[in-house]
Amino acid sequence: MTQPRIDTSPKVSDEVRRTTCYMCACRCGINVHMKAGRVAYIEGNRDHPINKGVLCAKGSAGIMQVNAPSRLRAPLKRVGPRGSGEFREISWDEALDLAVSWLKPIRDTAPEKLAFFTGRDQSQSFTGWWAQQFGTPNFAAHGGFCSVNMAAAGIYTMGGAFWEFGQPDWDHTKLFVLFGVAEDHDSNPIKMGIGKIKARGARVVGVNPIRTGYNAVADDWLGITPGTDGLLILSLVHLLLKAGKVDLDYLARFTNAPVLVNGDPKSPEYGLFLRDEAGKELVMDRATGKLAPFDRPGVRPDLAARHRRAGITHRTVFQHMAERYLDDRYAPEAVADKTGIAPQKIRALAAEIARVAFDEAITLEREWTDFRGETHKTMTGRPVSFHAMRGISAHSNGFQTARALHVLQILIGSVETPGGFRFKPPYPKPATAHPRPHCGATPGAPLDGPHLGYVQGPDDLCLKADGSPARIDKAFTWDNPMSAHGLMHMVISNAHAGDPYRIDTLFMYMANMSWNSSMNTGGVMEMLTDTDENGDYVIPRIIYSDAYSSEMVAYADLVLPDTTYLERHDCISLLDRPICEADAAADAIRWPVVQPDRDVRGFQSVLLDLGARLGLPGMVNEDGGATYADYADYIVNHERKPGIGPLAGWRKGGDGRGGPNPDQLDRYIGNGGFWVGHIPGDAAYYKPWNMAYQDWAVGLGLCDSPQPYLFQLYVEPLRRFQLAAEGHGPVQPPDHLRERIKATLDPLPVWYAPFEDGHADPVGYPIHALTQRPMAMYHSWGTQNAWLRQLHGVNPMYLPTKLWERHGFQDGDWAQVSSVHGTITVPVAHMAALNENTIWTWNAIGKRKGTWAVSEDAPEARKGFLLNHLIHELLPARGDGLRWSNSDPVTGQAAWFDLRVKIEKVPAPEQAQPAYPPVASPVGRGPKDLAWKVGE
Amino acid sequence: MTQLPHSTARKLGLVIDLDTCVGCHACVISCKGWNTENYGAPLSDTDAYGANPSGTFLNRVHSYEVQPENGAAQLVHFPKSCLHCDNAPCVTVCPTGASYKRAEDGIVLVNESDCIGCGLCAWACPYGAREMDAVEKVMKKCTLCVDRIYNENLPEEDREPACVRTCPAGARHFGDLGDPDSDVSQLVAERGGIDLMPEQGTAPVNKYLPPRPRDRLDEVDVLAPYLDPVATEPQGFLGWLDRALDALPGGKG
Repeated sequence: MTQPRIDTSPKVSDEVRRTTCYMCACRCGINVHMKAGRVAYIEGNRDHPINKGVLCAKGSAGIMQVNAPSRLRAPLKRVGPRGSGEFREISWDEALDLAVSWLKPIRDTAPEKLAFFTGRDQSQSFTGWWAQQFGTPNFAAHGGFCSVNMAAAGIYTMGGAFWEFGQPDWDHTKLFVLFGVAEDHDSNPIKMGIGKIKARGARVVGVNPIRTGYNAVADDWLGITPGTDGLLILSLVHLLLKAGKVDLDYLARFTNAPVLVNGDPKSPEYGLFLRDEAGKELVMDRATGKLAPFDRPGVRPDLAARHRRAGITHRTVFQHMAERYLDDRYAPEAVADKTGIAPQKIRALAAEIARVAFDEAITLEREWTDFRGETHKTMTGRPVSFHAMRGISAHSNGFQTARALHVLQILIGSVETPGGFRFKPPYPKPATAHPRPHCGATPGAPLDGPHLGYVQGPDDLCLKADGSPARIDKAFTWDNPMSAHGLMHMVISNAHAGDPYRIDTLFMYMANMSWNSSMNTGGVMEMLTDTDENGDYVIPRIIYSDAYSSEMVAYADLVLPDTTYLERHDCISLLDRPICEADAAADAIRWPVVQPDRDVRGFQSVLLDLGARLGLPGMVNEDGGATYADYADYIVNHERKPGIGPLAGWRKGGDGRGGPNPDQLDRYIGNGGFWVGHIPGDAAYYKPWNMAYQDWAVGLGLCDSPQPYLFQLYVEPLRRFQLAAEGHGPVQPPDHLRERIKATLDPLPVWYAPFEDGHADPVGYPIHALTQRPMAMYHSWGTQNAWLRQLHGVNPMYLPTKLWERHGFQDGDWAQVSSVHGTITVPVAHMAALNENTIWTWNAIGKRKGTWAVSEDAPEARKGFLLNHLIHELLPARGDGLRWSNSDPVTGQAAWFDLRVKIEKVPAPEQAQPAYPPVASPVGRGPKDLAWKVGE
Repeated sequence: MTQLPHSTARKLGLVIDLDTCVGCHACVISCKGWNTENYGAPLSDTDAYGANPSGTFLNRVHSYEVQPENGAAQLVHFPKSCLHCDNAPCVTVCPTGASYKRAEDGIVLVNESDCIGCGLCAWACPYGAREMDAVEKVMKKCTLCVDRIYNENLPEEDREPACVRTCPAGARHFGDLGDPDSDVSQLVAERGGIDLMPEQGTAPVNKYLPPRPRDRLDEVDVLAPYLDPVATEPQGFLGWLDRALDALPGGKG
C-alpha cells in the first residue's frame, strides 16, 4: 500500500516577533509568527515568566482581533445626536485641536472640571501622572468596579493581595482553597498552578456558588450562598482557634497579634495601639516581662499579655481575636443556614486545613535572618494556600470578607512561608509605604500629589474645607474612606446629578460605560444623553478613546481611535500592575510587530501629544517643544525619580536603578519582550521580615530603605474612622453615616449581610443572581472575534434544579427576571452544579445592535443580555433625601454580586428585553465568510 | 474502499486528563490557528460576524453535567478530536483512498487532493470527529499536527501538537501509545486511562484519564481529632495559650 508523501517540515514563518498579549489582563508573553509582514500565528513564549509557553483561547485568537472588522479607522467627530453613532471622520490635527480647545480653558480655570477615567488601562502609572500634571483630582482606573476590596484588604492587612501582588507557592502547596474567582483573572497562571497541584496529587477545594471552570476540577466543592463567604471563613477561624490550630510562634514574631490595645472606652485612643515615643507599637516581652517596641532585637512578644498604664488596661490583639471568634455565633451550626454549607462540611474543611498546615508542614534547608537580627537555620512552611478574586470582593461586605481570608491564612502561618501564599515584587509593601491620596487642585498647575493612595485615618480624606467631597466620584470620603482605586462606577451618575459638583469634560479610555461596564446601563445611557433647560447636554463634553467600535463610542463627542495591541508600544511596569513572580521581579513591553493600516494612534502617544499642546509640566521643554516624541520615547527616557523609570531592565548602569538607556527597547525586544531579575534563595520567603529580601528590594529600587513591618490582623486605620464616628477627633463624619461606620469599619474582620438584603425584601426577591466571565472571553471584546464568538455566542440564564423544577421550565423557555430596580426577559437553561438559590449568566455576551461590526441579527444582539440592567449604582431611596451608593462602605467597591431577584416563566419574546434601538456603525459590518492563509 | 495498515510502527496519540481539564478552549483555538495556516485548506468560518457563525474546528470541548446519586452535581469538560483509531471506520469507508492511516506512526489523515467531499467518513466516525469545510468542501480532521511533530524548522521542544503545547492546565499529553514504556503509556497505566466507546470496536489510540473521585470531604470523620478544643471552659483558652507560649522555642517550657 502506498501512502501520500507529505511535507512534514514546512516553513513555519518568516520571522517570530516576541511581545506581550493584551487579549485580557494576564499579560502573557507571545511569539507572533510573521509571514510576508503580516501576523500568521500566535503562540505562547516558553521563556516568559507568566505563561511559560502556554496560551489561552483568547491569546491564540489574537490574530482575529488584529484583523477584526470592528477596529476604528480614524478620529471621529459626532455629527448626530449623542448615542446615535453618527460621526464624521476627521484628521488627527483637527481632533487634537478640538480636544485642546476644550481642555485648555478647563486647566486654566478649574482643572477639576475634567474627569479622566481610564477603564481597563494597563498604563495607570502614566495616565495617572498625566492627570496629575493636568491638575485634576478626578482620575482613576477601573479598580473601583472590579476588585478594590481584594487589593485594599490585602494591602491594609499584609502589604499585598492576590494576583499581581502574590501567588500560591504552586511548587510546594498541598492544599489549595480557591474562593470566588472570575475565570479570566490571572487565568493562565491559575490553570498552570492547578495543573501542577493535580499532577502531584495534591488537593484543590473550590468555594463558589457555581461549579464551572476551576471549580469543576476542584476535588471538593462548597457551593456557597453569595455574600456569605466571610461568615464561612470566620467559622473556619472559630474552629481553628478553638482547637489551637494556629501558628503562635509566627503570630508572635511577624504579626500585630501581640501588640497592646487601649481598652478604655472613655479614652480618645480607645482601641488604638500602645506606642512608644517614637510611635512604634509596643508589645510585652515574655522574656523580661517588660514593654518593648515590636522590633527590638531579642524581644519575645507575648500574645497573652495584659498591661495597665495610667489606669487603662491594654490587652493584646490576639486576646481581642480570641474573644470575638471563639464565640459560638461563628460555630458551624450557627452559620450553616446562611452560608448554605452543612456544618459537617465546614468542620471537614477546617480539619483538613489543620491537618495539612500542621501535620504536613514542610521545611526548606535555607538559612535566613529576620529584621530583629535573629538568624533561622531553616524555613518552615504550612502548605495550605488560598486564592480569591471578585467573587468575594464584589459585595458590600467584600472588604471585610477579603480581610477575613487574609487573617485566616495568617493565623495558620502560611503567608510568605513555603507552600503558602507568596508575594511578588514590588510587594510586600505595607499600606504605610504607599502614598496617601491627593486632591489639591490649583488652576494652571499640577495636582499636589498622586491621586490614589492608602489613608491612615480621617485626616487623609479628600474633603473640601466645607466637608464636601473633593472628587467627582466621592472617593476618600466618609461614604467610603478607603477607596484606594476610586469609584469609576459613580462618575457618570455623580456628574449627571451635579453631586458633588458639575464637570465640563468627561474623558475616558477603554471603558464601555454605556454597556457592560456600568450598573444601570439604561440609566447611564439616559444620563449621557440628558439635556438641561437650554437643550445642552448635562455632561457637556465627552472624549473617548477605544480601538474598537464598542457601545461607548456612540456616546462620545470626539473619538480618539487607539491601535490594537500588536501595533503599539506599551510597558508593563513595576510602577504599575507588574507581572512579577514570587521568585523574580519582571517587567515587559509591547512593541509594534505590525504597523496600523488605519489612521489610528496609540492612546498613550496621543496623551503625550495632548500634554505637549496643553503645555503640561514634564511634557513640554523650555523651548515649547514636546519632551517626548511618543510613548516609546517616554518609556525609555521618563524618570519618576532619579534612576527609576517605567522599565527596570537594562538601565544605564544596571537593572533597577540607573539612567535612561537609548538601547533599552532593543534589549527588551532581543530578550523576548521582557526582563526578569531573580530573587536570591535566602530572600525568597518571609519577605516582609527577611533582611536579605529587604536589601535586594532596596538595591533594585523598589524602595529606598528596608521597611520590615508586622502583618495587621487588627487594622488601626479602620479603628480611627470608628473613633471619629464615636465622636472623637476634629474631622467628623456626617451623622447619618456614624452608625454604619461603627458597624462596618471594624478593625477586626466582621461579617454583615450584603446591603441589598436590607433594601430588597429577601422574601420577595429570594434568589441571588451573578455573572461570571468565561475563560475564553474578556469583557465585551470577545464577540468581535470570529473564533471566540463561536465558543460563547449566547448566554442563557442558568437555573439550579430546584428553581427549574419549581417553575416548570423546559429547554427553550424564557424567564422574566426582576430586581427592585429593573426587569429583564431572557432565555434560560438548567444547571445542576449550582447553589440552589443562585442563578447566573456569562458576562458581557449581549451586545447593542450596530456595535462591534457584528450584524444586528447576531445572537449576541438578539438573545444575548446583560444582568447590568438589574443592578443600580445607587441603593433604593430610603426617603432620607440621600443617595446611597451600591458599594462597599469601606472601599466603595461596586457591589455587583449583592443582587437579589425573583423569576417568573414568560412566553418567549421576539428578543431579549430590554432591547435598545441600533446605533449607526462607524465601521460597517464584518465580511460574510472567512477562509484565508496569510502569505498566500 | 480503503485499507488500513495491518499494524503501525508507532501509535502516536493524545492522552487527555479529564481530572484537570478546566474547559478553557485554549486547545480549540490554538488548533484552529495552526491548522488554518498549515496542513491543507484553511479552516473557514461562514457568516463569521452574522447570525449563524459556523466554522471548521478539528478539536472541540464539550461539557457534561454528572449528577451522582448522593452529593453535589459535577461538571466534566470533555475535549474531543480524532482518536486516530487502529480500526478506523472513516478510512475503510472512504471511496477514493483520500482517508488513510499512516503506517509509520498511525496518524489518520485526509489527502485533500483525493477527497471528493462525499462525507461518508464523517458518517462512519462514531465520535463525530470529522468536519466538512463549508468553503473548501473537503473533509477536515485532526492531523495530530503532523506538520509540527517532525518539523525541523521548529525547536525540538515545540515538536508536539499545538493543542498540547498550549494547554495551560497541562491536561493534554502526546506520545507513542504503542510503546508501553513511553511517558504517555505509563500515565495511562497509573491513572487507569480508558478508551472512548470501546464497544464500537474502533480501538482508539487516544486515551482519556478519568476524573478523580470528587467531594471526599464529606467522608472525613477521621479528621475530627484535628478540631478537638484545647479547652472546655470559657476561660480555659487563655490558660492553654499561656502553656503553649511557654512551650515555644525560647519559652519557659
